[in-house]
This record gives sequence, structure tokens and C-alpha cells, in this order.
Amino acid sequence: METETPQSLLLKAENLTKVFRIGGIVLGTRLTAVDNVSFYLEHGKSKIMSIVGESGCGKTTLAKMMLRILEPTGGKILLEGRDIFKLKKKQEKWFKQTIQPIFQNPLEAFNPLIRVDDYLFNTATNLCDASNKEEAIKIVDESLSSVGLDLERVIGKFPREFSGGELQRMSVARALIPKPKIIIADEPVSNVDASIRMNIVNLFLDLKSKYNISFIYITHDLSTAYYISDLIAIMYRGSIVEYGSAEIVMTDPLHPYTETLLQAVPRIGEKWDGKIKLSGIEVKEFEATGCKFSFRCPYVKDSCRQKRPPLTALKDGREVACFRY
Amino acid sequence: MCASVMNVIDLVAAYQTSERNIVVVDRLNLSLPKTGIIGIAGESGCGKTTLIKVLYGLIEPPLKVLSGDVLIRPDNENALSLLKMSEKEINRLRWRFFSYIPQASMSVLNPVMRIEDQFFDQMVGEKVGKSELRKQLSEYLNRMGLPHEVLRSYPHQLSGGMRQRVIIIMALLFQPRIIFADEPTTALDVVVQRGILEMMRDAQRSLKNLLVVVTHDMGMHYQISDFMVMMYSGKIVETGNAEEIFKDPLHPYTKMLISSLPRIGDKLKREGIKGSPPSFYNLPQGCRFHPRCPYAVPICRKEEPPVVNINNRSVSCHIIG
Repeated sequence: METETPQSLLLKAENLTKVFRIGGIVLGTRLTAVDNVSFYLEHGKSKIMSIVGESGCGKTTLAKMMLRILEPTGGKILLEGRDIFKLKKKQEKWFKQTIQPIFQNPLEAFNPLIRVDDYLFNTATNLCDASNKEEAIKIVDESLSSVGLDLERVIGKFPREFSGGELQRMSVARALIPKPKIIIADEPVSNVDASIRMNIVNLFLDLKSKYNISFIYITHDLSTAYYISDLIAIMYRGSIVEYGSAEIVMTDPLHPYTETLLQAVPRIGEKWDGKIKLSGIEVKEFEATGCKFSFRCPYVKDSCRQKRPPLTALKDGREVACFRY
Repeated sequence: MCASVMNVIDLVAAYQTSERNIVVVDRLNLSLPKTGIIGIAGESGCGKTTLIKVLYGLIEPPLKVLSGDVLIRPDNENALSLLKMSEKEINRLRWRFFSYIPQASMSVLNPVMRIEDQFFDQMVGEKVGKSELRKQLSEYLNRMGLPHEVLRSYPHQLSGGMRQRVIIIMALLFQPRIIFADEPTTALDVVVQRGILEMMRDAQRSLKNLLVVVTHDMGMHYQISDFMVMMYSGKIVETGNAEEIFKDPLHPYTKMLISSLPRIGDKLKREGIKGSPPSFYNLPQGCRFHPRCPYAVPICRKEEPPVVNINNRSVSCHIIG
């Protein structure tokens, strides 16, 4: 993972760590939400990378750091070689032109009192330097048509006049306006109805090939992650435990956690086999000195509890954090 | 055909607004068998939660039943109409005859009472003693992977997953004849979800009662439901044996929904259904699915499709009927 020169990389996360303090300064505890996470996306090769894990695995914290909403406790994020937490005032606009977010709940992403087209026009004026109305209309119309909507249908309307699926398309359109190189989508379809979900997911695939946009798709839904991703990172309690091609990782998982996760997906056409044991050890796992999965792992050895396994590269190009490999 | 434990007859339920009643469950007929797992599926806003609330007797304004009936033990001579019962009478049925697992577990538990006391509180009038109940409780706690300290804690001290498991134990404890579970695991992680669903299925198998599971997640239905009820825009569009519905869906909505779902290990291109479900303020004439249906013919735009029974299945579609 570390052989590339920084210039050839579009996005690089280097030993990212985020520690939250819970409770007071004296009696509070520290929770490492993201623990020494590294990955990169290459320039010129648009890819969809999924970050998958259960609630509390640190995936949303990771997204917030990539969007400069949260500052990391340790490590750094380089966008085209520039440290995004050391940007000059002038470069902040470049940052927003290069990387754009899509959030989970489209109804919350839009202010209910502002007309949707105002949002789009403001984005066009602020981020694309549209100098006059015609130019802004052209930019907005173009981005709306690439998500299957048109300006006519949108103009003068408020967010509540649209369905959830339409609004989520609109937030994709808004993100497209500055022609970004990366879109970070945090659970973009979990609030969208099942019958419409695939339309949004297919739209991402479309945009990737048409406009060369890379996506970081953050989700707990393994089926859509498999459907759209080139790369996948499986997170558990703040760390990446397995990383590699989505096809390889999801059809032949190596890390015991990836295996457990895939076995628990309620698939159609394949009934669950055997039984799963539930445990109530969530908090302990964050504080573990050894492997965080050791409390649940069927293959656990004494050494797993003492030392944390590092991410190790394997022949097939993936990386696994488990002493068995 | 086995006897039913509850019958829903021409039920119409609506939410009252200042202008008019918004009907979200429209002339619905359903017979719930005494035993098995029934899955109710449909998109958000299709009326599935409203239906469950009515069946559990949780009819509070603005929700109102406009017409129809819900009969308890309809085959008995002294069948009861749930809708004619007083709040007090319905309360006596709760936890014993039927129980309810809602999506938001915090809204059921009393925030200022220890979990243990909430259990004992439900016990008033019960013949079993505290010690026996404790024994039963500890067995369930073990199965759910919950430490015994849970009993001494207050709801806010538990994680969402733990609270949901506590509610499920409470819903099972008095061995009710019907358990309604509304998206019981939606807020939970997949691994915990699987554990909880397996435990609920096992409990249903040993109690031989009825479990009604409401969820939009078709994968979950595939795993646990015996019988399926597909809802769309306040109406039942298809019912049948779960295995048959997944193998050979009849209604275009069911068909397109099932084929849209991506599967791990299969890169086949999947298409969603174009358009979105209609608003209850502005329902289309005829079949409510026709604006999104690729098979729609002129009659679909004019007349509501009748319910057609084919063997053990029912479907509401002009093309099939």
C-alpha cells in the first residue's frame, strides 16, 4: 500500500487516528473511534471503494475527517499531495471543488425553508465561478440531467415537495456541480426505499464511468457494497481488518470477522446454516490491547489477546489483520 | 386450512388531519393463522406499521379506524371484536394474549425504573412466583447473550442492541399467542440481527404461537417468514407461502422488487423500479401501482384490481386475474 509516490495519488489517508473523550476530563475515558487507518485512491483510475462495518466501527468518523468536518488526533489526509488540515484560505475552495459529500438523510441535507433550485444555483455560483445567471442555469441543468432530473421539474420548489428518492438524486446533482474528483457517500441509500435504492446505486456506477469520479461508499449494507465496489475495506472497532478487491474479499473472506459478517447477511436464495451466539462485550473491545475481535473469534489463541495483528499484504493483493495469515 | 387466531375484515384506518382523513390502510382483509411466522413487507409509508398498531389495539389520535373489524379467535363462539373493547380490556390482553416489539425500544421501557422491576411490574396477577420468573429470565438472558447485570440497570445504561433484546424477552415471557414485531432489528448490526431473529424463530417454534414480523428487508423475510403479505400503498397486493413468493412472485411489484435486490457473488446488473410510491394525498385512479408498472393496460388506470385467489395464494392485479 505504501509504494506509490504521493503525487500520483488522488487521496491518501496515513495512519489516521481519532480519539474521543467521553465524560469529564478527570473521570472520563478515551475511546479510539478510528485507530491507525491507512488507504489510498489513485489518480486517473476512477474506483469505488466501500468502507463497510457495523455501527460504531468508525466509518462515519472516517468520512467526517475526509470531509474536514472533524480533525484527526493523529495521522494525516493528503488530497493530491496536500495535507487537507493545513490548507490556506484560498485552497479551501479547491478542496470543495475536488471532494464532495452525499449524506444519509436527504431531508436533513436540505434546509426545508430554502428552495431546492436556490441551493443548486448557490453551489454553481460559489464553486464554479458562474458569473451570470445563464451560466449558472447551464451548469445546474447539466448536473440535474446527469441524475435523470430536469430544471423544469425542480425550479421554485421546496424539499418537502419531492420524494426521498428524488431528493437523494438532487443531493447527488448538487455534489456534481463543481465536477469533483471524489464523492464521499455516507450511507446514501439506507433512507431510500428498496424499490428505488438500485436506481441510486446504478447512478454511482454511471457517474464513475462517465465522469471519472471516484467514490468512497460508506455503508453497513454488504449487498450493495458488493454490487458497486472495486475495492473494499472491512472495519471493526476502529481498525481495518481486511482490505482488497471487493470480489476477492467478499467471495473468499479470510479475516474471521469478515467471515462472521458475511455469514450474518440475510441473503435471498441461501438459508442461514447453524446458529450464531450473541455476546454483550461491545465496550471491552474498544479497549482491548490485543486483537479487538479476539473476544468473539472462533480461532482465538493466547497471543491474539496480547498483541494486535498488523495489516499484512498477501499474494492476491489484499491485506488482512490476523495472525493466521 | 388451519384455524385462525385473528381476522381482519374490510379494515379502513386513517390519520385525521384538519382538512380530511388520510386513509393509509384501505379495505384490508387478512386472516392470521394460529401458528407460524407471517412476514409483512412493503416500503416506508405503505401502511404496514399502521396495520400492526390497529391489530395491537394502539389506536390513538390522529390514527382512527373508519370501518371494518378485527376479530380475536374468530372461530370461537365467543369471538371478540378488538375494536369494540375498552382500553382496560385491551390492556388485559397485552403481554399475555399478544405482545408488541416496536422499532424504537426506548419508547416501551420506563426510563426511571430498573429493568428487573419492569419485568415484575408486568407480573401482577400472574400465578408464577418471582423465583420462577427469575429462573425463566436468566435462561432467556443467556440465550440472548446478555449479562445478568442487565436486570439491575436502567434502560439508558444499555446499548440499543441490548435494550431491543430486553424488549424481546419481555414480549416472549408470558408466552402470548401472537407477537407483533415491527422492524425488530432494523437499528441493529447484522450479526446481532441474525442472533435475535434465530432466537425469535426458535421461540415461535417451541411456543407454537404466531409471530408477525414487519420489515422492508426481503432478505430477512427469506430467512424467517413462513408466509408473506406484500403491501403497497395501503393495500395488500399479494399473499402466499414465502418460499413460493420468492420462487415465483406473481404481482409485478413483488416481481420487480425481488429481482432488484443485489446478491453477493452475483454481478448481474439490477434495476430498481422507476418512479416512487404515490402520496396518500394524491392517489392514482385504478391500481395504485400502475404509474410504475411496465405491464399496465388501460383497465389498470381505471379500475381497482380485484383480489384473486390461486390455490393458497392471493394476488391483486388485472393482468393475473
